[in-house]
Amino acid sequence: MDLHELEAIAERELAQRPRLRILHCSATGCQASGALELKRRLESLLAEMGRQTEIDVGAVGCLGLCGRGPIVRIEPSGETFEHVKPDDAAEIIAALDGHACHVARCDQNHPFFTRQLLIVRRHCGLINPDRIEDYIAVGGYRSLYHVIHEMTPTEVIQAITRSGLRGRGGAGYPTGLKWATVAKSPGERKFVICNADEGDPGAFMDRSILESDPHLVLEGMAIAAYAVGAEQGFIYVRGEYPLAIERLQKAIAQARRHGLLGTQIFESGFNFRVDIRVGAGAFVCGEETALIASIEGRRGQPRPRPPYPAESGLWGMPTLINNVETFANVTAIIENGPEWYSRIGTEKSKGTKIFALTGKIRNTGLIEVPMGITLREIVEEMGGGTPDGTPVKAVQTGGPSGGCIPASLFDTPVDYESLAAVGSIMGSGGMVVMDEHTNMVDVARFYMEFCKDESCGKCIPCRVGTVQLFNMLTKLRNRQAHPSDLSRIEELCELMRETSLCGLGQSAPNPVLSTLHYFRHEYEELIGAEGDHGS
Amino acid sequence: MAAKTLTIDGHLVSARPGETLLAAIREAGITVPTLCHLDGLSDVGACRLCLVEIEGQRRLQPACMTMVSEGMVVHTNTPRLQSYRRQIIELLFAERNHVCAVCVASGHCELQRLAGMVGMDHVRYEYLSPNCPVDISHPRFGIDHNRCVLCTRCVRACDEIEGVHTWDVAGRGVNAHVITDLNQPWGASTTCTSCGKCQLACPTGAIFPRGVTVGERPHASERIALIVEARKQRW
Amino acid sequence: MSRLRIATIWLGGCSGCHMSLLDLDEWLIELAARADLVYSPIADAKRFPPNVDLTLIEGAIANDEHLELAHTARRHSKIVVSFGDCAVTGNVTALRNPLGSAQNVLQQVYIEHGDPGGVIPHDPGIVPVLLDKVVPVHQVIPVDYYLPGCPPSAPRIRALLEALIEGREPAADIRFG
Ligand SMILES: Cc1cc2nc3c(=O)[nH]c(=O)nc-3n(C[C@H](O)[C@H](O)[C@H](O)COP(=O)(O)O)c2cc1C
Ligand code: SF4
Ligand code: SF4
Ligand code: SF4
Ligand code: SF4
Ligand code: FES
Ligand code: FES
Repeated sequence: MDLHELEAIAERELAQRPRLRILHCSATGCQASGALELKRRLESLLAEMGRQTEIDVGAVGCLGLCGRGPIVRIEPSGETFEHVKPDDAAEIIAALDGHACHVARCDQNHPFFTRQLLIVRRHCGLINPDRIEDYIAVGGYRSLYHVIHEMTPTEVIQAITRSGLRGRGGAGYPTGLKWATVAKSPGERKFVICNADEGDPGAFMDRSILESDPHLVLEGMAIAAYAVGAEQGFIYVRGEYPLAIERLQKAIAQARRHGLLGTQIFESGFNFRVDIRVGAGAFVCGEETALIASIEGRRGQPRPRPPYPAESGLWGMPTLINNVETFANVTAIIENGPEWYSRIGTEKSKGTKIFALTGKIRNTGLIEVPMGITLREIVEEMGGGTPDGTPVKAVQTGGPSGGCIPASLFDTPVDYESLAAVGSIMGSGGMVVMDEHTNMVDVARFYMEFCKDESCGKCIPCRVGTVQLFNMLTKLRNRQAHPSDLSRIEELCELMRETSLCGLGQSAPNPVLSTLHYFRHEYEELIGAEGDHGS
Repeated sequence: MAAKTLTIDGHLVSARPGETLLAAIREAGITVPTLCHLDGLSDVGACRLCLVEIEGQRRLQPACMTMVSEGMVVHTNTPRLQSYRRQIIELLFAERNHVCAVCVASGHCELQRLAGMVGMDHVRYEYLSPNCPVDISHPRFGIDHNRCVLCTRCVRACDEIEGVHTWDVAGRGVNAHVITDLNQPWGASTTCTSCGKCQLACPTGAIFPRGVTVGERPHASERIALIVEARKQRW
Repeated sequence: MSRLRIATIWLGGCSGCHMSLLDLDEWLIELAARADLVYSPIADAKRFPPNVDLTLIEGAIANDEHLELAHTARRHSKIVVSFGDCAVTGNVTALRNPLGSAQNVLQQVYIEHGDPGGVIPHDPGIVPVLLDKVVPVHQVIPVDYYLPGCPPSAPRIRALLEALIEGREPAADIRFG
């Protein structure tokens, strides 16, 4: 494979493509709401009409409106329809011909769409994730070629550093710095790992990327491998994502066949092989040292850091571990340059972030927004407020490691530092909207239940502390708590934050601490006179 | 390589490079509580009792897994650490069913001693009172899960020294527990050589020789380090 | 100096702590010179009196009578000591907790493992009603001092009492079992 061949594939692909196209979302959300049956109906209808070569029915990835699926988009007009039922097939074809169509259209002038900035998701909904040709047709693998043939590994790392990209797995560690550390750490072999464990309840950004544009992630990983000097990569993906796994497998096979992964990529001396490792769905296996233990075939439990994986990771070798979305940002930075990227976002948080907007909100789904957008813009403009107009009370970001931000602070910009300053975190991208009817003690209790079930059990503060906290919150909920229990809760939160071994236990108190901070009265209201004494 | 000089609780201490902070602290004659650490075994940093404050580091670090470095300034016994250690011991006592009065290890138990050391005279948390099994299927030893603190010393002793890895951990959170082989009764284990090293390593009354009664199980964990040393020196 | 008023109560425990107290032998005579034992299983008072200076509580809270007596003792005592492991941790008395609720335990003891035709005793006002969970004393009333031990030895009891009688802070003395 060389650049000419790559471009030839792209040209052939575009030339072959019928002008009229019906693109339906084939990601998990829309498959669950009946996209496959719809596709069958469209195809059989077109066959009956004898128009199957004239009109292309294509599967594409997630368009972000997962709560309104199945979603269908027609070309060339670009009109997008929602809640499309199999019986609507004829109407969709009519719309393609410019006739009247009564299927509900998505309002693409709605802020939900117009406020988005698609970098990571730029191909989502436009290409068929099962076909490498589609990816190549939109410019895929050009960045990898460019990097291998025109940049040194150091230049690649410098570009990533200058872009200001930070890890999207939650902590926001500067990606360029991490790559540089791995590149400089001595080791016989080095590894690149893509963290696709995505365990936050309610989060499905990474799944959507893998299901919609798997090659984007593979290309990002290959560029990273070139930069840090690795020849082997792993994608650690949870077993609950069968469609993502299937598409990744296909994508890896296609890329190998085209000489875009494997040995002598683009006829250079660069080799890079990618294998998939399927996790069993433990939340803690998303923690990097637990994930590494799991790939090594051991029990998925964290170990104290340092040493960090960048110095001593998989089998003791320097290992680069990044999140799916982090890798998915790489090609755009190479394509458009780090300066372009660093102009997007805020001073310390560059680029975009994908959020899964859920909860008491009119427009749910996936949104990719520039860093620095305010919570108000997301919740009120893009999300359209609550479905029944009840005032919004708070949003929860960062899942079980994050916190609740009250509506009074909705002018907070979405970036790593600002969210941390109000007691939450960016996290991996879960964003749950709560209205006035939501009880914040229940919210805290929900996340604590999750943490107690997902604690790996290795260290005492997290293993036992989560259960004690959960029990105390339950007691509170049942109005059996004593006033002294509140300070007990706070004391235990501090213990877990300061002494737990890994991020799970250290951040498990966050939902409690943030709700205690902003909604303390809701805790106090639940303290009954009947309470146990406690001393 | 040159020796490292560090300050521990205000005392200047010199340490060998590559030594753990715990070793340096002990050499300085200072006692830091430990539970999952056992001389002779690898470290896991699980119990969090040996956490210390290191100036310039945001997070507390486990002394057992932190390497000494030049100029380190370490505090091992601040009021904050004392309070955390007490809470950790309370959490352990509340987790399973410790009835010292009827325990084989009473008087020789590390957990019991730690309670005294950290000043834990009562447990403020609710006792979880789980219903834990006792396995006495092995002809020579028994395990009472009511007293296990999940330090994994048995797991490491069996794996690293005896080399058979009969023990491991199954389950998550408070449901985590040590198992033999693939969660079969210990007596049915095909890997166990009955060497007794897990019993030596166990800090509590969880693993015991059969036939002993209250207070009769001596504490002999230091023999693990002896065995390791003996092998190294080919005694 | 006015004489101290001391009480001891015996809740869910084996009375071993009281036996250990009696082990103080002749020191008890010294104690008697300075204090009155105003309520105790080894004294004859029928009701817990008011204005007690110091109460030692042996045993865990296992039934409704324990609960009531603990509250009464707290109301009328300046200082309350959890006396022995059962009071401090629940200890042997709490061994039933893992088996589930009181009903569950009674069912197992009187029906499943009892004589054929066994019945669960039920005589409110005569047989105290079991609480669902046995809990240590400090979970139902505030406790001022803890003396763990099963039982605490006589010298340890003496050290604590001497300190409290002299108005000193007792030295930490932690030994379970
Ligand atoms: C309990 C826990 C769960 C985590 N789960 C994930 C996850 O599902 N996906 C992820 O990318 N990072 C997860 N992380 C963060 C990883 O440890 C690691 O920081 C991240 O993969 C680094 O990638 P980044 O620098 O690109 O963010 C988790 C961390 C913790 C403590
Ligand atoms: S903090 Fe929780 S998840 Fe992390 S190592 Fe400790 S027990 Fe395991
Ligand atoms: S293991 Fe130790 S703390 Fe637990 S009951 Fe036995 S002696 Fe007491
Ligand atoms: S007796 Fe020896 S071989 Fe058997 S489980 Fe214990 S340490 Fe392992
Ligand atoms: S059985 Fe003993 S050595 Fe093994 S984990 Fe439990 S307490 Fe530790
Ligand atoms: S799954 Fe179809 S739009 Fe997201
Ligand atoms: S002894 Fe260091 S963490 Fe347990």
